[in-house]
Amino acid sequence: MSEGGLVGSFIVPVHPHTVLVPEQNEGWQRLRNAFDEAAQRIKDSNADLLVIYSTTWPSIIGHQIQADPNPEWVMVDHDFHDLGSIPYSFNIDSEFAHAWDEANKKRGLKSRTINYTGFPIDVGSVVALKLLNPDNVIPAVIVSSNVYANRSETTVLAKSCLDVIKATGRKAVAITAMSLSNRMFTTAIDPKDDKIHSLKDDEWNRKILEFLGEGRLEDVGQLSRTIHKQIRVQKVVAFKPMWWLAGMNENRNNLTGDVLAYEAIHGAGGAVVHLDPTPSGAGDKEYDEDDVEFFSGERNVLDAEGDAPSFDAQIPEAQQTTTSSGPALWEPTTGESSVNSDAAPKPVGMYPHARRVGDLLYLSGVGPRQPGTNAIPGGPICDDQGAPLNYDIKAQTRAVVDNITRILEEAGGSIDDVLDVTSFLVDMDRDFAGYNEVWADTLGKVGPTRTTLAIRALPTPIAVEMKVIARAPKEN
Amino acid sequence: MTQGEIVAGCLAPHPPHLVYAENPPQNEPVAEGGWEQLRWGYERLRESLKDVDYDAIVLLSPHWQTYVGTHFLGLPNFKSLSVDPVFPNLFRYHYDLNIDVELTRNIHDKAAEAGLSVKMMENPDFRVDYGTITTGHMFNPVWDKPLVVVSSNRSRDYYSVEVMQEMMIELGRVTREAILESGKKVVVLASNSLSHRHFTTESEIPEDMSKEHITSHAMHLWDMRMIDYIRSGQAQRILDEMPEFTEQAIAESDGGGLSWLLSTLDTPSYPGILHGYGTIIGTGNAIVEWPERNHKEASQ
Repeated sequence: MSEGGLVGSFIVPVHPHTVLVPEQNEGWQRLRNAFDEAAQRIKDSNADLLVIYSTTWPSIIGHQIQADPNPEWVMVDHDFHDLGSIPYSFNIDSEFAHAWDEANKKRGLKSRTINYTGFPIDVGSVVALKLLNPDNVIPAVIVSSNVYANRSETTVLAKSCLDVIKATGRKAVAITAMSLSNRMFTTAIDPKDDKIHSLKDDEWNRKILEFLGEGRLEDVGQLSRTIHKQIRVQKVVAFKPMWWLAGMNENRNNLTGDVLAYEAIHGAGGAVVHLDPTPSGAGDKEYDEDDVEFFSGERNVLDAEGDAPSFDAQIPEAQQTTTSSGPALWEPTTGESSVNSDAAPKPVGMYPHARRVGDLLYLSGVGPRQPGTNAIPGGPICDDQGAPLNYDIKAQTRAVVDNITRILEEAGGSIDDVLDVTSFLVDMDRDFAGYNEVWADTLGKVGPTRTTLAIRALPTPIAVEMKVIARAPKEN
Repeated sequence: MTQGEIVAGCLAPHPPHLVYAENPPQNEPVAEGGWEQLRWGYERLRESLKDVDYDAIVLLSPHWQTYVGTHFLGLPNFKSLSVDPVFPNLFRYHYDLNIDVELTRNIHDKAAEAGLSVKMMENPDFRVDYGTITTGHMFNPVWDKPLVVVSSNRSRDYYSVEVMQEMMIELGRVTREAILESGKKVVVLASNSLSHRHFTTESEIPEDMSKEHITSHAMHLWDMRMIDYIRSGQAQRILDEMPEFTEQAIAESDGGGLSWLLSTLDTPSYPGILHGYGTIIGTGNAIVEWPERNHKEASQ
């Protein structure tokens, strides 16, 4: 048996308009025509397997793989139910699904197959299979998109799929069912008025398609987090299909790309793209992340003994900026009412330094770490191996007060605006006196109410953290 | 016509594990129990309301997610099989539920008048989400009351928690108005967890309670803070802290259910009754009842 491999890859949009009502909008019709062209190309490639990674099938417990050999039902979209129903009866390669599941486990992934009557095949998969495989001749397999998976997990998922494709000599087509920009209009629109939601989304979409048209898939994969931040609504599933598709193409950056159509579907960016494995001669690749063969990530949260004090390791890495021996640092999240300061240490999770609500400012927990260096005045409470170290609680407490001051000044206020403080100490017996002394010299003179709690640990090796509510300065 | 009444509002979470553990005839999988603290909490809630007369249940589930406004089930009956796409091993439920279309239409129309984006769902092939069914079953296993089923408008995803709250507080206000004008007695249910960080693995026996606990201390602290507010009648503080709670506890309040419920109940300044709290695959879940009698007392 000859070794199998990919004979092509496709990116297709997820919304049901192209199946149900393409005639209502010229752009939808062009997408439908592109689907038809893609279906013909798949047929011409003599593919014997379609592998679909769908962003509209989220999962929590690892990845799920459809293994019902003939799933049948009628799909109705949660939003666009008025467009009609899509009956389906698909030809699933159950044997491949089980083999992929096993291959996932060998590479350290959590995975399971699904075979239940009435299982709701997601809209993205239904649209892709109805239009790319209209006569149901080519068997398919569908995999979910895990909401907690990051790049390494998603890349390994692709590699285990390739293991099986190669071992079984299959000629496979990889398909990602996904939008580019995914911001839809939040009200009903007349179909003829459909357009990409914003110029900014449109510009990003065109840049992505420029790369894909040149066959530079790995570049798009490397930009995945940036793209997600720029043009994606923060739904549960990030722009991770590009990690999977890049992995399926062995992280190549010199495919032959062809953008068959790009149009708006209720404001979201929908494109049909064909990536042929024939080398185009374009695009070197420059990895900015290590390749990964085996997933040994952040699972085992069922094990109470191993339950980390911080949950950050389980969060998608979308906004992580630097790493160290401690938790990853994040850019503070931004929003209308957020207050963030470059003069304060970066968060250890996805949150802002403070938020303004009415006349009040709510600060996220403030520790003593120093902005820029991340150093801990007075020293950390333990070393990288967890061995206890001597430290200066007074220096740490003073640094906390300084950081609070910086954040309040960023908001246009001062330390005098502090109204209420909840303090957390990891060693009440050892540290309360020193902490209390600094308090008396600083915040004690301001006069906020205070509660002091002993806790087991903080996310970084610090001894004290304060949660502050302050008076917000009047807005102009 | 006599004025309608909200006889109770409840926070009534929906993880499918609860129905799975109950082993009702409608659900295909079979369990050896599990999550008793919460199931007993639902028992206490049902017991608390067993002598209260009402005509309909209005329910908002975060698992009917709509991005183009708020939608309402708009046909008199829905009957089918609901399979949870995330936990199909636990939840494959044969449902047969009735809709109070008249009350649904009233709420829909009032919301439209208020400028909210709304739509009636009138496709008979539509499958009802497992969140609606789980809360519906746990609250009223005999399914003898018609429902009004409201989708979760994901405005938080598109804008912010603040915008979500503005919309859901407005939706709650018109929901209350429509109910009072309908002359009907109604129970209002928000189907959502509190902290919502899941385990990403499942034990071999899903109902193995030796594996169940909150995912982190931070989540526990947030849940207890919210429950303290609930029990001390500080609904306004819940709304005020919703942005922090939703983001830091990854709370399922992001779907708007809790904000909508509190608004529908006229932002209770009286204590809610905590019937139960427990974790399900690491998420924090509380079963709470705000009885109308307490609202009346607080209003006097």
